[in-house]
Amino acid sequence: MSFSLKKDKQGVVVVGVDGQLIVGNRQELKQKVLDTLESGGRKFVIDFTKTGYIDSSGLGVLVSLSKKIREQGGDLRLCGLNEDLQTLFELTKLDTLFAIARTPEEALAAF
Amino acid sequence: MTQPQPPQPPQPLHVRRRATGGDTELSLDVPSDLDYVGRAVELIADQLPGGPLSPRRIRFNFRTAFAEALANAIAYGNHRDPGRVVHVRVEVAHDAVRVHVTDEGNGFDPKGVPDPTLPERLEREDGRGLFVLKSLMDQVAFNEKGNSVCLTLRAG
Repeated sequence: MSFSLKKDKQGVVVVGVDGQLIVGNRQELKQKVLDTLESGGRKFVIDFTKTGYIDSSGLGVLVSLSKKIREQGGDLRLCGLNEDLQTLFELTKLDTLFAIARTPEEALAAF
Repeated sequence: MTQPQPPQPPQPLHVRRRATGGDTELSLDVPSDLDYVGRAVELIADQLPGGPLSPRRIRFNFRTAFAEALANAIAYGNHRDPGRVVHVRVEVAHDAVRVHVTDEGNGFDPKGVPDPTLPERLEREDGRGLFVLKSLMDQVAFNEKGNSVCLTLRAG
């Protein structure tokens, strides 16, 4: 299982990405988040603490989800990026597009 | 009445290994289906001889760039045509690892790809593949036809 979804007491949906977020599994993530958005979820945290690597398709799906969540008046935050993943976001300038917290706790506290 | 066909089991992937002198060469043919990308990357990364690259560079730079090149070859080179394969050859020398990814398509012009970090392109879902490749590799070189890329990671 690549992705886990949990809802905290405040209704924030925390999505854990286990292993990698790449072209072969990005649709699964997208569908899970969109299904939750459709059923009323508005606050999302994607946790990369257990993620080894993300390719450009994975980055693209995050951009797309961020837009769709914002369109519904929601908010998406990312957290748990290791040093390499953080560098990837900085190189692609996507660090300017996303709210990125160090840990899931910090991401949840920011809502 | 035609019975629905059960889903086809994924085709097994076989890594061929050749050692010459102190160097090792791994090769693999990957079907033109994006579902194979993750498995192919793990298979090669797991069999990569230790030596030139640190575990961190294998975990991140190698895996990300290889996944990127493979996905490009399957999607844009072979257009996911089940009759075509992507040929992968990995040369492991003492000073560098070189990954050759070759598709059976007509090639493309890497110079025609716009910078995905421009403000007007930042919110686009696609178009970051080549940029990510170049950012994570020490060298990225295409053949003249544009259907084969050589990714180089120097030792370290």
